[in-house]
Amino acid sequence: MSLLLLLEQTLNGIQFGVFLFMISAGLTLVLGIMNVVNLAHGSFYMLGAYYAATIMAWTGSFILALVIMLPAMLITGIVVEVLVLRTMYERDHMDQVLATFGLILFFNEAVRMIWGAESMPMDIPAFLSGHVDFIPDAPYPIFRIAIIIAGLLVAALLYVMITRSRTGMLIRAGASNRPMVGALGVNIRMLYMVVFGMGAVLAGFSGLMAGPILSVEPGMGEDMLILAFVVIVIGGIGSIRGAVVASIIVGIFETVGRSILPALLTQLMSSDAAQSMGPAMSSMLIYIFMAAVLFFRPEGLFPARTG
Amino acid sequence: MKIKFIAMTAALAMTATPVMAKTIKIGFINTFSGGAAIYGKHQKDALELALDHKGRKIGGLDVEVIYGDDQRKPDVGRQVAAKMLQKDKVDVVSGIIWSNILAAVQKMVVRDKTFMITTNAGWSHMAGKGCNPYFFSTSWNNDQSPEAMGKLMQDEKIDNVFLISANYQAGKDMLTGFMRNYKGKIAGRILYRLGQRDYQAELSQIRAAKPNAIFGFVPGGMGVAFGKQYRAAGMHKTIPFYSVFTIDYLSMPGWGKNAIGTYSTAYWDVSSKRPDNQKFINDFKKKYGYHPSLFAAQAYDLPFLLEYAVSAVKGDLSNKKGMIKAMEKVTYLPTKGKFSYNTNHMPIQNFYKRKVVADANGDPQVVTESVVLRDHKDAYYKQCKMRRP
Repeated sequence: MSLLLLLEQTLNGIQFGVFLFMISAGLTLVLGIMNVVNLAHGSFYMLGAYYAATIMAWTGSFILALVIMLPAMLITGIVVEVLVLRTMYERDHMDQVLATFGLILFFNEAVRMIWGAESMPMDIPAFLSGHVDFIPDAPYPIFRIAIIIAGLLVAALLYVMITRSRTGMLIRAGASNRPMVGALGVNIRMLYMVVFGMGAVLAGFSGLMAGPILSVEPGMGEDMLILAFVVIVIGGIGSIRGAVVASIIVGIFETVGRSILPALLTQLMSSDAAQSMGPAMSSMLIYIFMAAVLFFRPEGLFPARTG
Repeated sequence: MKIKFIAMTAALAMTATPVMAKTIKIGFINTFSGGAAIYGKHQKDALELALDHKGRKIGGLDVEVIYGDDQRKPDVGRQVAAKMLQKDKVDVVSGIIWSNILAAVQKMVVRDKTFMITTNAGWSHMAGKGCNPYFFSTSWNNDQSPEAMGKLMQDEKIDNVFLISANYQAGKDMLTGFMRNYKGKIAGRILYRLGQRDYQAELSQIRAAKPNAIFGFVPGGMGVAFGKQYRAAGMHKTIPFYSVFTIDYLSMPGWGKNAIGTYSTAYWDVSSKRPDNQKFINDFKKKYGYHPSLFAAQAYDLPFLLEYAVSAVKGDLSNKKGMIKAMEKVTYLPTKGKFSYNTNHMPIQNFYKRKVVADANGDPQVVTESVVLRDHKDAYYKQCKMRRP
């Protein structure tokens, strides 16, 4: 494998990592701050893609889709919080897992009934289509660069909000001692509702960015959900900084691993076996890495207390 | 009251003729929920349309269809089939999209001496050693479409092809089928993880290998994602995409314009002007508002196949020997046109080269260009030693 291809694959890995970060950010906030296991996070990602695809089909505008989708996701998140999650805070994680798993089934079938079982069309908007040539002979899609920029913006915005703003301070306070913050006169219920809504907005936003290059279809969130959980466990639950680092690591492992491993394995065994072992082993790598992180640092790379 | 009831049942029992069943019961197992529910929708819609066209009768009998959702899980498929056999006492079990579900269901059904007619899944084992007199297919064996693709690319002298397929049994079968007829150079080979959504790494690898074309098996939503990314990377301009079971009217809503300019091979001559074929496509579009896929075509043929069997035995569904004999002799079905059944009950049929072109509105449309393999037999029928009842 040439050096340029390796460089290109590393870039692919970083890009995939940034994309994973966008999905994981909301999940880590909700789990870290509210201590709620929200399996329905993948459903919010799917809904974001469907909302955006629908608005794009009506208006043809990606920007309009973004502008309308974000508040729509906030409302969806808040409705789910009020109807389902609110009663789950005092229960243990198993009850939350069951309830939010039920939500996955509900949303998948609801989407199928409303939009149909087939993939929904959603194209790359004209102003983000095309490609640039910054690695020779490897035109890179502009939309993927847009994903990198969007992901970094989300990371910066969240970091500033959580560590520098008053709301962020209250959120962190609520995470470490809920009754005390309540006793000080802060409406903790309201605060949790906003955090959960924000989680839904973040998931929806990543759905919007995924729509033009992935398939918008029922159940599209489940594939991503598992990787998102791996990311937040490696990064440290509740930590935005951890999510950034972990998602880039996972992205590079996934991408570079599956392009290099088959070639490496061919040196050791027959080409047929190497071809089928390669992808299997590269996806295992991530879990082995996660296990190693958990062994040496059970709280993840960046435990949430440090922000 | 009670006496009246007994009298009524007795009267009913007497009027019912002992040999003639009044209804034929079809248990139709398919995937109706979850991410792959689109297959079930196409096949159910097509079956219902076929029954409309037949006036809701098969060989003079009323038809009762019992639909069962396998949720794309072999164990669930098995449970559904068991219930259909024991409780509903169906005469035919049909449907089934996935080879692994067929593997879980087929044996149980044929052991019960009930007909098992697959409308999609085609596992090589059942065409070869595992063949059975009660098992028929309205579709194909897994590796026949890629066999046609291998032949096509060989004939067109497209050298240096990059292969991409899914890392599971059917995905490997596709490559085996392709290699049976393709003798040219292979630029590279990738088996991606089933369910994979991001293909940028694979696309980079393909481009670096500088192939003249790609042969791919990337079904469903995976293919839709692959198509978008292939297009976004601008690779459609230099490296054409040839595929099987990837681009069809089933996945077309998601593929959209990305599909234009791609090639595939399949058994269904979608452009055929045969009146039966046109009637199927036009009435389907009229009733459901979307274009039928080849999966729909396979399900549409089912009642027509059963018609031959039921009329040959004059509605006596207990005469299974007669029904098997009649179906073995079938040489015409509405969407297939002329074909015949091989000794292993798999169709001997043509395979076509298909291209996606833009229609007058610029929307993608599948057209058949030529016959690649004429009266094509699967590679396993010689291993089939069928013991007929």
